[in-house]
Amino acid sequence: MMMKKLFTFGAALALTAGTAMAESHAQTVRMGTEGAYPPYNFLNDAGEVDGYERDVGDELCKRAELSCEWVTNDWDSIIPNLVSGNYDTIIAGMSITDERDEVIDFSEAYFPADPSAFASMSDSFDGTGVIAAQTGTIQASHVASMEGATLIEFATPDETVAAVKNGEADAALADKAFLEPIVAEDAELMFAGDDVVLGDGIGVGVRESDGELKEKLNVAIASMKEDGTLNTLIEKWFEGMKGPY
Amino acid sequence: MTCTDPESLHGIAWLACYLSSGKHMLFYSSFGTVLLLLAITAPVSLAFGFMGAMAARAGFAPLRWLGLAYTSVVRGVPDIVFFLFFVIALDQGIEYLRHEAICPGWTEPVRQGNDFIVCPEAKAPLSTAPQWVHEVYNFMLAVFTFAIVFGAFAANVLIGAMRAVPRAQMETAEAYGMSRRQAFWRILVPQMWTYALPGLSNLWMILIKATPLLFLLGVEDIVYWARELGGSKNPRFSSYPHGDWRIYYFLALLVFYLALTKVSEVGLGRLTRRLSHGQATAAGEAMRKAGA
Repeated sequence: MMMKKLFTFGAALALTAGTAMAESHAQTVRMGTEGAYPPYNFLNDAGEVDGYERDVGDELCKRAELSCEWVTNDWDSIIPNLVSGNYDTIIAGMSITDERDEVIDFSEAYFPADPSAFASMSDSFDGTGVIAAQTGTIQASHVASMEGATLIEFATPDETVAAVKNGEADAALADKAFLEPIVAEDAELMFAGDDVVLGDGIGVGVRESDGELKEKLNVAIASMKEDGTLNTLIEKWFEGMKGPY
Repeated sequence: MTCTDPESLHGIAWLACYLSSGKHMLFYSSFGTVLLLLAITAPVSLAFGFMGAMAARAGFAPLRWLGLAYTSVVRGVPDIVFFLFFVIALDQGIEYLRHEAICPGWTEPVRQGNDFIVCPEAKAPLSTAPQWVHEVYNFMLAVFTFAIVFGAFAANVLIGAMRAVPRAQMETAEAYGMSRRQAFWRILVPQMWTYALPGLSNLWMILIKATPLLFLLGVEDIVYWARELGGSKNPRFSSYPHGDWRIYYFLALLVFYLALTKVSEVGLGRLTRRLSHGQATAAGEAMRKAGA
């Protein structure tokens, strides 16, 4: 009797261990984002990560059969924390550039190269003067290379717009998709000067040694392009934009 | 009252719903995080400082050098450098030790170009662990880092306080036949606090003001949430659109920090009075005369 009890207990243990193994088989991927760049990524009223990239990321994880966990991190240290292994992807509106590609790898783009635009309080802005941009962005490097322009950098994109509003800067340069809702809601702000196209689109950043994850993400992104899911999501989050894929 | 349709609300009702959104709840709980950090870090730093001071006074030379090196090196390094590099190094150090212990068969190098890679079982915490475990881990790293930095300053204060205890007290202890150890614990330590308190209370005030460094360590503190909540909100992405309200949030933080320092000042003042009682110091003498 005792023997039999022990035996069933052992079998039950083996069974639960088996299911636990199966569950942990789905790889956990920690998704790093900034949470301050609507409509790409932001924290909603409940304090959760929301936006275009949340939808894209969740769908990618479903298709690649990964279980995903969202993590927010300051933009400034978003790359060092990826290479140090605190999370496994950067999905934070990060444009693919050669400079970044030397340090990390990018998946295929899940968002096309979007024009960057200048938001200003005056329509006489001509591309010179003090221009605000977020630290460590393609826009900041672009302003630094512009003739007659002085760059002032801010830690968050929101602060670049605030600098224009309080007169500290003549204009702010950022992705047009980020500025568009702000300019639309604010009577004082307008787009000025010519738009510039920077970068090669937005991709998911992964560690250079993480080729397997990059491959999985590429397959999932390709399938989302093919069946139109990416277009639908772009049209959902970016008002007036046509899905290009 | 329901908050399902904030657009239909006005005045106080709107504000009540706004201030009770999920994001605001996270903001309020971050005040708890800061207070908890202070409550844990202060005694741990004091312990580090005490050990540092004891080491710096030790008769055994290597231990004394260690204590002196700790207090002078850590005090000399800028806080922000410490918080940026030391924490990443500490985290990687922990993972490296776990890696060596758990995955001896792993052949790939830990450093591959820019990447730091240990076997998945050695990650601290495991990447499969729920988010709160990661947050607790980051918090513990923060406590440890704060304790090392502030412990070095506390050690220096305590060394000075130990020297300030009148030599005659120790001589008397020796005359009574106490050993070095007994004289240290029974005569020196109880009397040194009155000399240490002004320096330690200074450190406490600086520690309070240093808590915003938490965000560098990946812990979302009150300054992070104030910036996040105060930034302008667009009606397309929030049910509670508003302009740039950072000034109000930072004013609230100002009030919080001032209140905290005021409460501390009152508390420390009382402690000073208690500790001066019966001491051979000017304050102790004044209390004796007032009582007589």
